[in-house]
Amino acid sequence: MELTSQEQTMLDGKEGYAVRKSMEILVALGEIFGAKNLIGVGGVQVAGVSYHNLGDAGLEFLNSLAADGKVKVLTTLNPAGMDLENWQQLGISPEFAEKQNMVIDAFQRMGIVISCTCTPYLIGNLPLYGEHVAWSESSAVTFANSVLGARTNREGGPSALAAAFVGKTPNYGLHLDENRVPDVHVQVNAELTKLSDWGALGYAIGKKAENKIPYITGIKTVDLDELKSFCASVVTYGAKPLFYMKGVTPGAEAQKQPQETLTIEESDLKIAYDAINDDVTNIELVCLGCPHCSIKEISEIATLLEGKKVAEGTELWVATSRTAKQLADKRGYTATIEAAGGKFACDTCMAVAPLKGRFKSLATTSAKGCFYSRQNLMKTKMGSIEECVDAAVTGQWNN
Amino acid sequence: MEQLKGRIIYKGKAEGEALVTSMPISFYGGVDPNTGEVIEKDHELQGISIKDKILVFPQGKGSTVGSYTLYRLKKNGVAPAAMINKETETIVAVGAIISEIPFVDKVDVSKFKTGTKVSVENNTVTIT
Repeated sequence: MELTSQEQTMLDGKEGYAVRKSMEILVALGEIFGAKNLIGVGGVQVAGVSYHNLGDAGLEFLNSLAADGKVKVLTTLNPAGMDLENWQQLGISPEFAEKQNMVIDAFQRMGIVISCTCTPYLIGNLPLYGEHVAWSESSAVTFANSVLGARTNREGGPSALAAAFVGKTPNYGLHLDENRVPDVHVQVNAELTKLSDWGALGYAIGKKAENKIPYITGIKTVDLDELKSFCASVVTYGAKPLFYMKGVTPGAEAQKQPQETLTIEESDLKIAYDAINDDVTNIELVCLGCPHCSIKEISEIATLLEGKKVAEGTELWVATSRTAKQLADKRGYTATIEAAGGKFACDTCMAVAPLKGRFKSLATTSAKGCFYSRQNLMKTKMGSIEECVDAAVTGQWNN
Repeated sequence: MEQLKGRIIYKGKAEGEALVTSMPISFYGGVDPNTGEVIEKDHELQGISIKDKILVFPQGKGSTVGSYTLYRLKKNGVAPAAMINKETETIVAVGAIISEIPFVDKVDVSKFKTGTKVSVENNTVTIT
């Protein structure tokens, strides 16, 4: 890989430890994947925030970078292992909270925006069409590449941090035109009627188009929340973090529809629901917001919960960004949801919070949420927001 | 004695007993960061510790959090002495760099047998 003289001095350690370590990471990745150079990035999204995943060693690594590292571009943060303000109400131990706060403090010292959301594009980290960025968080990477038409590889926590400290990323993979060409045409014949159908569609396409870039046709209408859910699901279940959706996503018209075609029928969605849904009736946790709820989703939950009560023995969590929660506070949605016994889980989510052993069953709108809750030994049910709120109020899955 | 040349992912010198698997390794969730034991169900190395070994495997897999797991293994004193891959990917490469574990790839991994003595020095791997 060719480095400019300025990049070489960074690699030589003239800008300190964090920049040197970052350059080592970027150069090694560039060499592995055949990048010719580094390219500037407009922004970064950093994953690997939960103390549950980092442990003391991860914390130590972050502290070593924070000692002399400052980010050079807008950098936002993925969810942490807990709500940074309301952790006690969500049953997080003081020991965990102390460590999690030390992790956040390290990111704070690096100059990172403590956004703690998997939907950076909803809170002001919104790359433009064609803009190069370095994002981690697979659902957000897929959203950036597909819905926004920005360009990013699927970074891990350290490689995203490295890009933030240098302001650049190696120029390979999805940064290059030739790697953004769709591989397979996916004709959707199934009717999509509720939010969780988009999770099921993501499952079906992810499995059928494993490690491919799908070019999707047949979508009649779709909104932001449905795309957000689809992005999370399609990459979790196996596709590359880029798709084209004819008539919906930018760049679709400029690409040729691939020859190889597969279809998605109603039966494929049923297969997805059958694979994701376990045999369980009692629901101990209902979690909405994987990816984090938008303000529109929070308003829908509040409307459905108006005058109702969450069942004894069941918890309802609304996972969202602190930013969306603040809007919900002003609008009165928070008061409605909390009056019904629901809880806000800001800054965190069911995939990264230490939930193992706490709940035996989960109802959610999210196919991705179901996938990651298996490792926390939960049985899962996936359905619409209405079905999930009903499960919270009755303590049962009734569908 | 046989000498092989590979590609340096992270420089350094190490020697030890080879621990070989033909299966990819997921460090996050697949290896216990406190003991170095492989815990992935149905993995060839399940129940075996990678501590101080020259770990030979095709490549990594799974969550990108695996890079931090390698760092935790190193800090806990239970990391492999060095790693050798057929062709590496991001997770293990980044993990080796931040943990400063000698790491070489693009080596014919079929030449290695568990238990034989192997030394690694930058891009050169010696099997004795």
